[in-house]
Amino acid sequence: MVMILGKPAVALFAQLLLGIVHGSFYAMLSMGLAIIFGLLRIINFAHGAMFMVGAFVTYGLLNIFGIGFWWALLLAPLIVGAAGYGLERLVIQRIYKLDVLYGLLLTFGLAQIAAGVMTNYFGSDGVSYDPPDALSAVLKLGFMYMPAYDAFVVFAAIIVCGGTWFAIEKTSLGALLRAATETPALVQSFGVNVPQVIALTFAGGVALAALAGVLAAPVYSVNPGMGDDIINIVFAVVVIGGMGSIGGAILTGFGLGIIEGFTDVYYPPGSAVVVFVVMAVVLLARPNGLFGKA
Amino acid sequence: MFGFSRAQLYGFVILLVIIIAAPFIFYPIVVMQVMCFALFAMGANLLMGSVGLLSLGQAAYFGLGGYVCGYLVQSSGVTPEVGIVAGGAAGAALGAVFGWLVIRRQAIYFAMITLALAQIVYFFAVENTDFTGGENGIQGIPRSALFGHLSLNNDLSMYMLVAVIFIAGFLLVHRIVHSPFGQVVKAIRENEPRAISLGYKVEHYKWIIFILAAGLAGVAGATKAMVMGIETLTDVGTTASGLVVLMVLLGGIGTIYGPIIGALIIVGMQYGLSQYGAWVTVIRGAIFMLCVLVFRRGVIGELAYRLKTPL
Amino acid sequence: MKVTRRKLVGSAAVASAAATLPAVPARAAGKSLTIGICSDFSGPYSNTGGNTSVACVQQALEDWGAAAKGYDVTVIKGDHQNKPDIGAGLARQWFDSGVDLLIDVPNSAVALAIAGVAKEKDKLFINSNAATSKLTGSACNAQTIHWTYDTYMLAHSTGGAMVAAGGKSWFFITANYAFGQLLRDQTSTVVKAAGGTVVGDVDYPFPQTTDFSSFLVQAQSSGAQVLGLANAGKDTVNSIKQAHQFGITQSGMKIAGLLIFIPDIHGLGLDIAQGLILTESFYWNMNDRTRAFTKRVLPKTPENYPAMGHAGCYSGVTHFMKAVDVIGVDAASSGAAIAAQMKKMPTSDDAFGECTIREDGRFMCPSYLFRVKKPGESSIPWDYYDLLHTTSAEDTFAPMATEGCPLVKA
Repeated sequence: MVMILGKPAVALFAQLLLGIVHGSFYAMLSMGLAIIFGLLRIINFAHGAMFMVGAFVTYGLLNIFGIGFWWALLLAPLIVGAAGYGLERLVIQRIYKLDVLYGLLLTFGLAQIAAGVMTNYFGSDGVSYDPPDALSAVLKLGFMYMPAYDAFVVFAAIIVCGGTWFAIEKTSLGALLRAATETPALVQSFGVNVPQVIALTFAGGVALAALAGVLAAPVYSVNPGMGDDIINIVFAVVVIGGMGSIGGAILTGFGLGIIEGFTDVYYPPGSAVVVFVVMAVVLLARPNGLFGKA
Repeated sequence: MFGFSRAQLYGFVILLVIIIAAPFIFYPIVVMQVMCFALFAMGANLLMGSVGLLSLGQAAYFGLGGYVCGYLVQSSGVTPEVGIVAGGAAGAALGAVFGWLVIRRQAIYFAMITLALAQIVYFFAVENTDFTGGENGIQGIPRSALFGHLSLNNDLSMYMLVAVIFIAGFLLVHRIVHSPFGQVVKAIRENEPRAISLGYKVEHYKWIIFILAAGLAGVAGATKAMVMGIETLTDVGTTASGLVVLMVLLGGIGTIYGPIIGALIIVGMQYGLSQYGAWVTVIRGAIFMLCVLVFRRGVIGELAYRLKTPL
Repeated sequence: MKVTRRKLVGSAAVASAAATLPAVPARAAGKSLTIGICSDFSGPYSNTGGNTSVACVQQALEDWGAAAKGYDVTVIKGDHQNKPDIGAGLARQWFDSGVDLLIDVPNSAVALAIAGVAKEKDKLFINSNAATSKLTGSACNAQTIHWTYDTYMLAHSTGGAMVAAGGKSWFFITANYAFGQLLRDQTSTVVKAAGGTVVGDVDYPFPQTTDFSSFLVQAQSSGAQVLGLANAGKDTVNSIKQAHQFGITQSGMKIAGLLIFIPDIHGLGLDIAQGLILTESFYWNMNDRTRAFTKRVLPKTPENYPAMGHAGCYSGVTHFMKAVDVIGVDAASSGAAIAAQMKKMPTSDDAFGECTIREDGRFMCPSYLFRVKKPGESSIPWDYYDLLHTTSAEDTFAPMATEGCPLVKA
């Protein structure tokens, strides 16, 4: 057996691969969060809840309407995104003028409501959702077996993250978004409906969370607590990456997933907490995160 | 006296009357829990109200206080008052360390780092099963005898101890707020650049408030562990941190009676609605949202506003 | 004027909030009893405990004819949410307000906490759903009776069978609390005593874990012959499902589900579960008596057939009522008194047949080693088990002398 630093190389590669799978979710979720914070200055504590709702909508689409996974990839983000749009127009826009921390508290309350409602209907243990038939094979990778579905998740995450980053940073639509949130009055004078743009941006971020939820349903098993479990880590990722930086969020998400994988091999009890230790260390050295723009 | 306004003095009298009468009308264990959480919330209120900092990780000190007290009383057989003092000291010590790390940060990062630090404490508690019992918790914490002589096995005797600790904590907090130290903190809150230009070491004042909040949380956690006879991970988790913020918000940030009302409502809700299971979480979330949207002053804050007097 | 208004407003606010706190209720007189079912109604043990336990308690009262014999029995239920502090708080509140029997309680950590409260308040606690053998060992007391099964039974029956079938090297995935740790320790002892080895062990936080992928990957790379699952309920279901996804069974590793109940098999489906070896002390399709009992209780719990924990609730309440009938309701308010009476009498019911309760509170019943059927072999709903081996009650549980119970004279 090949050994690296005292552990079999096989075990290390297997855990790193799993780490990249987890990192895919961190990247997708933190990207949505970074968009919402970077562009809208809202600390969306309900982001994990939207991830969870996206997973439940996926389950519902299959079990109530018979709509399978592939359609759910499109429909669930649309449905949850629409809800996010409504939320922004009805509730969130009222608090822009307040201290930013009130936004945190508001969305924290929202997350509690979402988790509570789901727990009442599905129990705290939730329901299970099988991967689509096309992806239910098991890949024999030599050093480990991996569900084909997990490979698909990594693929999907890279495409989604890459595509979104490109859209925001490199296209004119993205430029409009960034302008509208930096200098709304000026952009508004050009005839752009800025409140609408802001609401759509929020909806977009929420839809991204829901998309991550669809992808997560076969992996994490759909349960009301899945949002709470992941939101703390995702916040840490965004803070480490720098709260306004989308590219930073994506890179840090994948990076932290890999670090978790490493820790799983060499010091398993630490893998749950390594993200927070990294965050505390990074913030003390670079208060604005690794890629942050203050 | 004590810097109470007229209304606050009457409020204090009412509080005393209620505390004396309560164990004969309501289940004493629940009233004691309310007092412990009220103490916890008073500390958080100091931080949020006097200094204006939102900490999302106060449960770290609350839980640590409980674990230290529970462990000492159960394994080393120390008497309850030693356990409670130790719990408070542990909370304050951790608060000193963490506070020193975070106090210079801006509001959002402050909140996020406190959250992360609390998570670290949580996982420390999960892993160190010799000390904390992990998922099992520390069970069977004996009540034994106060100062070695006064038995606490009777719920009523325990209640008297908790009431004394609670009143003492309440008066201490109020005294601090109305002292010269408290005046400086108020000045910092109102205009930090001016306070700095006047030569005050702003960070030190904030740091001391942070330690006080953590110490109060530690005492509250230790007392609760003695009352319930058990200390588990629930007390170090994010739920507990979020709950105390809700209590302060609901009661009214910066008021002196606010935390007490907030604790009363939240704990009361937990017991009164316990058969509705997860709907309690939904209601709590709704209260959070309502408080932020339309009720930012909180119960006591709103009352104080109407009556145009501080409460 | 101002003062009066403030006083009124202030006290009104406090009073209305305080009104939500529970007042201490009075104890009803006459032949009335209260039974409290403390269980997991929404988490990983909601199928192996939960509402089916409530149904079995009600069935026991009906079958024994409590109403006809003049007893007014109130049944209440409470969710401990797998948290020892909530369970202990609930037990404390119930016992203080006069609950005569607290029954069920899946989750060993909660069970241990409640046993402590039962002793403090001298009230009866019948645990029919948790595994920890410490309830008849270091944590045993005069008020606690441990029904149905325990970790010793599982370790020796399932563990022993796997080792005998050739599974010499083991890797454990353990739920990191009282139950998982004890089960892993006791099974390790059995494995080592039979000449086997424990290659590795990973503990995971309970009850929040639904993703076992990184533990399964570790198990695989360890090269062990047997994957020992020291967990239960939905954790076991998830572990086994994901084990299939990660090719554990394809690679030849055997899965030892150390604690499996029949609802778990139902959740897995026979496609995945076939061939699994497990031990239960009750199977609804075992004999005419068990089938009759199941038929009577099913209308109350149509989605979920009773497993051994549920049957334990039925059996426990039946025996409790018989004992109360002998010593009277007033005497039964002392947990030690009613427990002592229950130990004096042999038990008899449709679920477990004729059994006894030992001095240390251990309910002595035989245990059965089952193998899960293949999909084609099952003819009626929930017909999942083939009986491989029956172990007598004396051999199922640890000898009283070795358990370390303080009640037992050395």
